Parts: sequence; structure tokens; C-alpha cells
Amino acid sequence: MSNETLLEVEGLKTYFHIEGKVAKAVDGVDFSIDRGETVALVGESGSGKSITSMSIMQLIPSPPGKIEEGAIKLEGKDLLSLSEREMMKVRGNDIGMIFQEPMTSLNPVFTIGEQLAEPMVKHQGMNKKDAKKRAVELLKLVGFPRAEETVKEYPHQLSGGMRQRVMIAMAMSCDPKLLIADEPTTALDVTIQAQILDLMQDVKKKYNSAILIITHDLGVVAETSDRVLVMYGGQIVENASAKDLFTNPKHPYTVGLLNSMPDVADEKERLESIPGTVPPAHNFPDGCRFAPRCKHAMEACTEAVPKLRENEPNHHVRCILYEDQGGEKE
Amino acid sequence: MTVANDRQQAGQTKAVSGETLVEVNDLKKHFPIKGGVLKRTVGHVKAVDGVTFSVYKGETLGIVGESGSGKSTLGRMIMRLLEPSEGSIEFDGEDITTLSQRQIRPMRKNLQMIFQDPYASLNPRMSVGEIIEEPMVVQDMFTKEERQERVIDLLKRVGLGAEARTKYPHEFSGGQRQRIGIARALSTRPQMIIGDEPVSALDVSVQSQVLNLMEDLQEEYNLTYIFIAHDLSVVKHISDRVGVMYLGKLAEIAPKDSLYDKPLHPYTQALISAVPSTNIEEVKERQVLEGDLPSPSNPPSGCPFHTRCPEAHERCKEKTPLLTDMGDGHYVACHLYTEPGENES
Repeated sequence: MSNETLLEVEGLKTYFHIEGKVAKAVDGVDFSIDRGETVALVGESGSGKSITSMSIMQLIPSPPGKIEEGAIKLEGKDLLSLSEREMMKVRGNDIGMIFQEPMTSLNPVFTIGEQLAEPMVKHQGMNKKDAKKRAVELLKLVGFPRAEETVKEYPHQLSGGMRQRVMIAMAMSCDPKLLIADEPTTALDVTIQAQILDLMQDVKKKYNSAILIITHDLGVVAETSDRVLVMYGGQIVENASAKDLFTNPKHPYTVGLLNSMPDVADEKERLESIPGTVPPAHNFPDGCRFAPRCKHAMEACTEAVPKLRENEPNHHVRCILYEDQGGEKE
Repeated sequence: MTVANDRQQAGQTKAVSGETLVEVNDLKKHFPIKGGVLKRTVGHVKAVDGVTFSVYKGETLGIVGESGSGKSTLGRMIMRLLEPSEGSIEFDGEDITTLSQRQIRPMRKNLQMIFQDPYASLNPRMSVGEIIEEPMVVQDMFTKEERQERVIDLLKRVGLGAEARTKYPHEFSGGQRQRIGIARALSTRPQMIIGDEPVSALDVSVQSQVLNLMEDLQEEYNLTYIFIAHDLSVVKHISDRVGVMYLGKLAEIAPKDSLYDKPLHPYTQALISAVPSTNIEEVKERQVLEGDLPSPSNPPSGCPFHTRCPEAHERCKEKTPLLTDMGDGHYVACHLYTEPGENES
């Protein structure tokens, strides 16, 4: 893995203005992804993980959504300063995306081959015949044994796992530097999930793409990722290598999440539970957003939002418990 | 088959009596497929195709399977929300398979259900108090005052507080709604609750709250659970015994430790190895199955798993394996464990 930075997200704020309220879905997110690195963005529903990825792709419906502040740099180029036309080139060429719903993200009236060929004709100026040929190659790569016939089929003829393979083939068709996968296996059964996760690793090795995988499943994170970003209330609360995060979690939210999850390999007598629910984005508590649910919460937690600090080398935590240790980050 | 007679269950942690509460015998549900202009039946989807097992008083029986395995259909048939095509269901010694909907109603007092979607399973026009009271009204249980008192007790018990009874479902989050659903299920003092994916729509931190609540209530009221889910980690956590379904059939059923530590069926082995674990220090070998679940309208001949099974041989294509007793309450339907001609159909 090279240490060259591919994507940098700085101070990203994406707000939604709905009925006079402001929902701070993403509220000051900083992270970077190196070339060839797999980074997981984890959080519960409402934590802002999907909005972060949609902001990178600039697919936020506007209005009501708006990227208020921040920078998103791909190889040093600020994506937020690009026109829609230029951004269209980035999507597909530089960044590929896989969505959660393999059922709805393919167009039902076009054949698999037509849908695979379209971005190659559009983005890479291939002629239709070459694009068709390449579509067959791509389908073989993602494990379709009868790729020549599959290109002539329609989405409804394929199962959920097969459709997700097609989505991966489509995302890889332009050889992207970054692949964003938003809950790529959530809608799939566990045996099919294993197939898709393996396939993503194979494809990544072949193309040396970086992957940003968005998921709520910590098991999937442990099996796929080099580094993990834990999101809560629109902010990153912990940023660490996967090994560090699972063996030495620091933020009380991360610890609670790990202890509340049943695991096949690790019997727990009783699950820990985090009281309460994720706060809505238009009504975050003052100070640390996790404080109302945190068993370590103290007076000072409600006064100001703690900063994301590097507590140990390459291990960043946003929690007052660790503020007197380690160096400043921001 | 001997499953029903086997009362020597190993590996149980709770006070399970060994008394049978539910006995399911060769249960089948075949949905007709209509086709052509005349809407004639052109085939059948064999959603559940010959399932036999018993549930003991006070235990949690987990049923796992992938989508299309028939696990939800099975739960709905035991509730008699769906009519079985064949086979029988006995509840507390009484055959409930052929009771009319009118006759089944008093039985439902003892047999309640929690559903997957906490948004769709509560009537939005009823207050929470009315929702919880309704089963008691239908069953004609208690006086009005007693019912009101019970609603408040139940709300407190599931952690919502008495003031919730005047509110409406939309005022609650997913986890809170699932608690309302649990309070409703408990209102008639049931002996058994069937949960169909009761926590799969919830976030991890909320999921553990509901699982803990279900465990506490089981102890308090000596409840029996059938817990249907696709999440093998959740099922392992809550169950005493676990049954694995594949294409409408039980592939394996065993006490949970024996099932997860020593799975015998190649499908169970692959299923368990495919579950991602957060234990990253222990690198495990993952067995990746090829292909998808075949269509239940056109299931493979012989063993339904033979098309994806790494161990499949000739016999698997021809003969369907039946559940075989492997000792200590562990049953498996696989030809690897029997001689040709033994326990097959």
C-alpha cells in the first residue's frame, strides 16, 4: 500500500433545510483515504455516513440539502469547485459507486450489456462494439460463467447477488481510483455477502483502487477494512486502524457498539446496551453528541463539542476522557 | 421421525422442563402458481416442505435461514395465520391444525407474535394504550379497570412508562415501537411468543436493548420463544436450540453450542463460516458457497442443497435425506451421515 493521499475531506458540513429546521446531517467531517486503502465508515442510521458519501459524489438533493462548508479533494483537485459537467466526468471515471439496493439501481428496461456499455461509451469514448466486448470481459471478471448470454438479459432475470455483481462490474468499468460502496451487502443473504466481499477484495487487488465502504455491520468492517471511521451525530468520533479499533476501542460509543453486538465467534453472557437512541440531526444535544447516552458523561461533556484528537499514533478520538493525553490535532 | 420423542436435550442453560409445548409434524405449505388465461395452477412454490420438530416449555428455539428458506412461512403457520397444506401442529397437547378461525381464537391467548416491521405492525390510528389493550378485549379477559392497570404495568415493564399510553405510534422510535409490540404480545399472558425477525430492523445499539428485554421477560414469565431470524449471531445469542432451514426443509437442528461449534451439515458449515466476525485476531477460513438459492418453485431433486454442496455425490441428486439422530439432541439431514437406503425418501 502506498502512502500517497488520494482523497481528502476537510471540515465537510452538509445541512438539510426542512420546514424551517436545519438538520446538520454532516457536521464537520475530516478524513483522508490513501491510494489502495480500504476505509470503512461505520455508524447507525442517522449518523450521517451515507450523506458523507453522497456529498463526495455530489449527489445531495438540493434543495433541501446543501454542502455548507469544507473541501473535498481528489488528488489535490477540489471537487466542490467543479461544474456539474466536470463533476460528471469524475463520477464514473475517477470515482465509482455501488449502492445498497441492487434491485432499484439498475434500469429495468435496458439489458445488462447496454447498461454496462453506456458509461464506457460516455466516459471513455469507446465505440459500442468494443464496449460490448468489454462488458462481457467485466462480467466474467465478477464471476458470471455465461457472460455472453448475461449481457443480453434484463435485471429482473438476475438474483440480488448477481445484480450486485453487475453493479460492481459497472463501477469498475472505467477503472476508478476510488470505489464508494454504500451498504453493498446489506440487502443480501450471508452466503451471498461472503461472495460479494471476496469479489470486492479481488477487484481491488487487480485495479489497486481505494475503497470507501459504508456500513453498519462491524463484522463486515473487520473482514474488509484497513482503517475505520466511526460516525455519530454527523461527526467522526473515532478514526483508527481496523486492528486498533477492534482490539483497543477508545470512544465510549465505539466500545458500547462493540459490546452490544452478538458475535458468532465470541459468546457474551449478556449484551451491553446503550440507553436511548441516536439523536435527530435537527436537534443535537449541546456539547458532546453522545453525552446523553454515555455512562462516562460528566458536567464538562455538555459544555463544548470535544475535538477529534490524535490520542495514539494514527488513532484519533473525539472524547473528553482522552483530552489530556496525546497531541493536538486540530 | 424421532425428534418429537427425544426429551433428552443437551446443552441447556435455562430451566427448560423437557415438556413439549409445540409439536410440528411433517408440516408443508405449497403456494399454487397460477398461469395462463384460465388462471390454472401450473405449479407450486414449496415454501415449507415437510418440517418436523418440537419446542420445549421455557426454551428459545431459533430458526435461521436465508431469504426464501421458508422460515417466516413456518412461523405464520404455527400461528395459523397461514393454512398448512399438509402435516400437523400440536400446541400444548391439542391439535390446532384443523381448528376453524373461530375455534383458534381462544388459543391465540397463549400464542402471540412479534413482527419484523415496528412501523407497519401497529395501527397508527390507535393510541398505545388501545393497542396494548386490544388483545385482552378480543379475548374477553379481565375487567376494564384491570385491563387499564395491566396496560400501565406492561408499559412500565417494557421500559416505556405509563404516560406512553395516551400517545400514538408515530411518536415513538423503531426500538420503542418494538417494545410496544412486545407489551401487546404479553398482554394476554401467553405461554409462547413467536418473533419473526423481531430485531432485524433495529440499529445495533437498540437491538441489544430489545434482546435483553426479551431475555428478562422470558425468565420472569417463563415464556417459550420461537425466534426466527437471518442473523446467525443474534440467533446464537438468544437461543437454546437452533434449527437451520434451507429451501423449505430443516437441514439441521441441535442445541446451539453443538450446532455452532460442530455443525454437521455442509450448508450449516458454510453459513456459519460466512458470518463476518469482529474478532480480527482469529483468522478463520471462509467457505464460500457458489451460486444462489434455487427457486422454491422448482427445487432440485434429492437433497435440496446438492447443487451448491461441496460434498455432493450421486446419491444426493436422487434421494432426499431425512433428519437423522446424531445423539445429544443433534439432528442432521445429510447423506454423509447415513448409509445408502437409510433415512431417505
